[in-house]
Amino acid sequence: MSAAEQTLATADAVPLSLRGPAPTRVVAGYGFWLFLLSDIVIFAALFAAYAVLSGETAGGPTAAALFDKTHVLIETACLLASSVTCGFGSLAVQSGDRNSTYFWMAITFILGVTFLSLEVSEFSHMLSIGAGPTRSAFLSGFFTLVGTHGLHVTIGLCWLIVMLLQVATLGFQPMVSRRFFCFGLFWHALDIVWIGVFTIVYLGAHL
Amino acid sequence: MFGRLTWAAIPFDQPVVMIASGTVGFVILCVLALVTVKGWWPYLWREWITSVDHKRIGVMYIGLALLMLVRGFSDAMLMRSQLALAAGHAQGYLPPEHYDQIFSAHGTIMIFFVAMPFVIGLMNFVLPLQLGVRDVAFPVLNSVGFWLSAAGVLLVNVSLVVGEFARTGWLAYPPLSEVAYSPGVGVDYYLWSLQISGLGTLLSGINLTTTILKLRAPGMGYRQMPIFCWTALASNLLIVAAFPILTATFAMLLLDRYCGFHFFTNDLGGNPMMYINLIWSWGHPEVYILILPAFGVFSEVVATFSGKPLFGRRSMIMATMAICVLSFLVWLHHFFTMGAGADVNAFFGVMTMLIAVPTGVKVFNWLFTLYGGRIRFTVPVYWAIGFMVTFVIGGMTGVLMAIPPADFVLHNSLFLIAHFHNVIIGGVVFGVMAGITYWFPKAFGFTLNERLGKAVFWCWFFGFYLAFTPLYVLGLMGATRRMQHYSNMHWQPLMLVALAGAVLILLGIALTGVQLAVSIRRRELNRDVTGDPWNGRTLEWSTPSPPPAWNFSHLPQVGRADAFWAMKQQRGTAQDRNVKRTYQTIHVPRNNPTGFFLAFFAVLLGFSLIWRIWWGAGLGLLGAIVVGLMQAWRTDGEIEVPAEKVAAFERLNGLKEKAA
Amino acid sequence: MHAASPDRMSPEVTRAPSASAMWLRAISITSAAMLMASCSEGVLDPRGPVGKAERIILYDATAIMLAVVIPVIVLTLVFAWWFRARNSQARYRPDWEYSGRIEMIIWSIPALIILFLGGIAWTGSHDLDPPAPLADSAAPLEIEVISLDWRWLFIYPHEGIASLNRLVVPAGVPLRFRLTSTTVMNSFFVPQLGSQIYTMPNMVTRLNLEADQPGTFEGISAQFSGDGFSDMRFDLVSTEAGAFRDWVNTTKTQGGVLDAGTFEELGKPAKADGAQTYARVSEGLFDKISSGHMAAVSPQRGQ
Repeated sequence: MSAAEQTLATADAVPLSLRGPAPTRVVAGYGFWLFLLSDIVIFAALFAAYAVLSGETAGGPTAAALFDKTHVLIETACLLASSVTCGFGSLAVQSGDRNSTYFWMAITFILGVTFLSLEVSEFSHMLSIGAGPTRSAFLSGFFTLVGTHGLHVTIGLCWLIVMLLQVATLGFQPMVSRRFFCFGLFWHALDIVWIGVFTIVYLGAHL
Repeated sequence: MFGRLTWAAIPFDQPVVMIASGTVGFVILCVLALVTVKGWWPYLWREWITSVDHKRIGVMYIGLALLMLVRGFSDAMLMRSQLALAAGHAQGYLPPEHYDQIFSAHGTIMIFFVAMPFVIGLMNFVLPLQLGVRDVAFPVLNSVGFWLSAAGVLLVNVSLVVGEFARTGWLAYPPLSEVAYSPGVGVDYYLWSLQISGLGTLLSGINLTTTILKLRAPGMGYRQMPIFCWTALASNLLIVAAFPILTATFAMLLLDRYCGFHFFTNDLGGNPMMYINLIWSWGHPEVYILILPAFGVFSEVVATFSGKPLFGRRSMIMATMAICVLSFLVWLHHFFTMGAGADVNAFFGVMTMLIAVPTGVKVFNWLFTLYGGRIRFTVPVYWAIGFMVTFVIGGMTGVLMAIPPADFVLHNSLFLIAHFHNVIIGGVVFGVMAGITYWFPKAFGFTLNERLGKAVFWCWFFGFYLAFTPLYVLGLMGATRRMQHYSNMHWQPLMLVALAGAVLILLGIALTGVQLAVSIRRRELNRDVTGDPWNGRTLEWSTPSPPPAWNFSHLPQVGRADAFWAMKQQRGTAQDRNVKRTYQTIHVPRNNPTGFFLAFFAVLLGFSLIWRIWWGAGLGLLGAIVVGLMQAWRTDGEIEVPAEKVAAFERLNGLKEKAA
Repeated sequence: MHAASPDRMSPEVTRAPSASAMWLRAISITSAAMLMASCSEGVLDPRGPVGKAERIILYDATAIMLAVVIPVIVLTLVFAWWFRARNSQARYRPDWEYSGRIEMIIWSIPALIILFLGGIAWTGSHDLDPPAPLADSAAPLEIEVISLDWRWLFIYPHEGIASLNRLVVPAGVPLRFRLTSTTVMNSFFVPQLGSQIYTMPNMVTRLNLEADQPGTFEGISAQFSGDGFSDMRFDLVSTEAGAFRDWVNTTKTQGGVLDAGTFEELGKPAKADGAQTYARVSEGLFDKISSGHMAAVSPQRGQ
């Protein structure tokens, strides 16, 4: 840092916007937030499509007939719990505790896989009774919206494995720590999207 | 084995296509051979292909755009000449099956692969320099974004030779773009190349937004940021908010086409109107993504060459952000005739007009920047004046069509075509040309030839009016767009005038090439030795031309807007360019092949998906994942430039003081 | 003062502005000539009340905006020329960058224009809303329009006849259209009568037009629909009331039947090739088509 920059860093009165380039940790997190917002816009478009098409059952199965509340409740519990365990895992990463990181992230992984397998079983059941995405516009919208969320969860789980391998091989260097932070943001954002899905798709079906 | 790909995909029976692609292929081979023989590969690989330097990437974006301008304009020439011929009973020389692909390719290429790379390239090159920092927020991602755009370009051009392109127009409305009515690979080429390049654009938007908001020189708050950075911020916020809509909509159409879903089909509940709403929810912000950086260029150019600060800076910024927000509230004006009803139509009509208010304010601010100035008529100023005169006409016809009953008789006519070419050429193209001329010396160390630059301008200026005024008239006469031939002989003279205008623009494009060649040959005569050839006002002019990889040996301390101007006013006190200062080690991002290899696998993935070659798609996906993982484990991402080297550079490029 | 020497940087400054002023004059004269040429056909030569109302809007809105646009263009050229670097008479004000009064004016002028035009947009949208019936006391004629690939089919539900690629109507009678499409989107447009409206599959759009006087007017599709799009034209023939009745009666005695079978034949992709009429039409054919209950009309198109 130059002398000028050092002076700035210690002065309390200098607003954040005038302190010069932000540190890498802040920049990485900020950029990832923007990415998440863009991802949420994709979901917004899919939600809009679902809303428009939710009544277009083309004489086929309707939402009320298809959705099992208990099943969805368990899925939701798994996902929300996984956010909690992910939170504990993030704390472990911050304190550089390898074993806690493995433990909490492993539980997160298991809960995520449970969610996915429940979702896959729901989808395959629907496919087997002729309620697949090609049956009607409503079902196209449903499978795409919920399926895109499931795809994100899958990608998140793969990412988690990669992150755990990175911890094993590289330790808790700043780059790894930053990426864990971004992963946490991603995982929690998926939770928020799921709350939207749960409300609009599954609860909305029974209104 | 190869999905739907057979030898029949190559149109051996169409001489025009075969000759065109043969020529292009031959030229490409010659270029590759030349590079190999001269031993330039290591240099190209190290300095350009794997570069993560925003300045290099910016130049590559613009090079890509110029190349695609030639391709897109060839399509335009084909269209103009066909229409000049096909009057009455004449059918012209392009049957509908070809003509439909040509106008679809023309629009797609011009918007996605010419205009977008032009503005992204300018923003990429200029932003870190104007913000007083070393690079963008995510240099490797920057390279990935560029190469993904290049991948999209490659796929679109391959469709010329292998298979066909979409025959749906540049936005591919369903039901026409569904499998039932477009069973070939054309729409698939369109969708996959745009999904891939769209991802690149989104990454660029995230990158530049983060850069502007989180990476600025010390003391540069939002009020001290150059106006180009403000318009770039608005543009990139729009990219982040709007491009995902495009991604989602195209994904839905792809699911319809590939997996038999029913989002937009005619049967089982599909809703084509929803596609139109979604696509224009992206489409309208898209045109503001293009025009806002051009507005920013003009703000910089007019202020610099008038020798005064921009008039009404604060209201300019407010107007920019107002346009940013309003652009999301007007999309329905693209389909007033779909029958949404009087209240809905009127609402969107009024909202569309509201956008004209901040735009009008901007024009007045430029006007009053000129007032009281000492204007130097350099080439960028020619483009700026040409823009101010031309763009207001385009804006006027736009507000005219924002009145729903007026639109009812003008929708989809040649009047509409004339309007949007008016604002895109008069606004975006003129702005990009001004920006390229303005910042060229910063990028390459010498200025472009002035005389040829003016010739280029006049060709574009008169060419535009000659080409598009007849189209305004034809639209009023009842001529619709996308016609391959027409029966009304009265229209032919106007079509001929339009063709003449296109030829004039073609001359302008050719002269651009000549200008480049001449300027390179005479570069020693036009060297920029001070780094400040225009007596500029913003920080990029405080660096040498071209700047070192690290841009600034010391990050400048900023006090007010037009920071460099302020520094020049205070000549005599300690400044950045004073070699008596001490230097420190600077970290510079290392070259990285991730972008290039990701794009390679993206092309493989895209091409395979288009032709239903499932093993190829799997391979492409796998390759992309492997490249990503390799990047994830890369720990040596930076090079250290030792302080001595920085000092040596400063001494070598000691910028000469000008006589006061 | 640190300054790039104007002599080195700027070329023949005086040539640019006056040259462009001369060219601007030439261009405006040519444009005016072309505009006048366009007044004899198309949108600026309407032959019905809808088109006439829309033309008034076009002229009024353009005039209002030109009141601002022309001064702006003139001022741009004047300022650029007067404040050129070589003009020693012009006062250089290097620090003038803000004026509250000017700010107020430059926000107000566009705002006022937009307020005015917004009013026109609001009232115009409501008065000229396509489904809104015309303010004409005469009994309307109902016509059902179906866009095919790539021809136009017109059904007269009360008369029980149909016509392909040719629309015969009585002059001075309000025409009430209901429109749909079989395959892809099109747009029904007769430029000299006014408003166009999209035609979409499985949906019904509505439009009201009228032809004041007898005459023949060109009709097109204004929404690209595929290879046969350019030929997808029809004639709108407006006749005296008596002549129209005669035409209806004649049509009922000639031509075939339009039922599900013949309609399916029509549904196959073919370019427009002359006009044709049908003496009888199946009951409720249009409603069956527009609600998607007709058997899949040969949708697949070749490459």
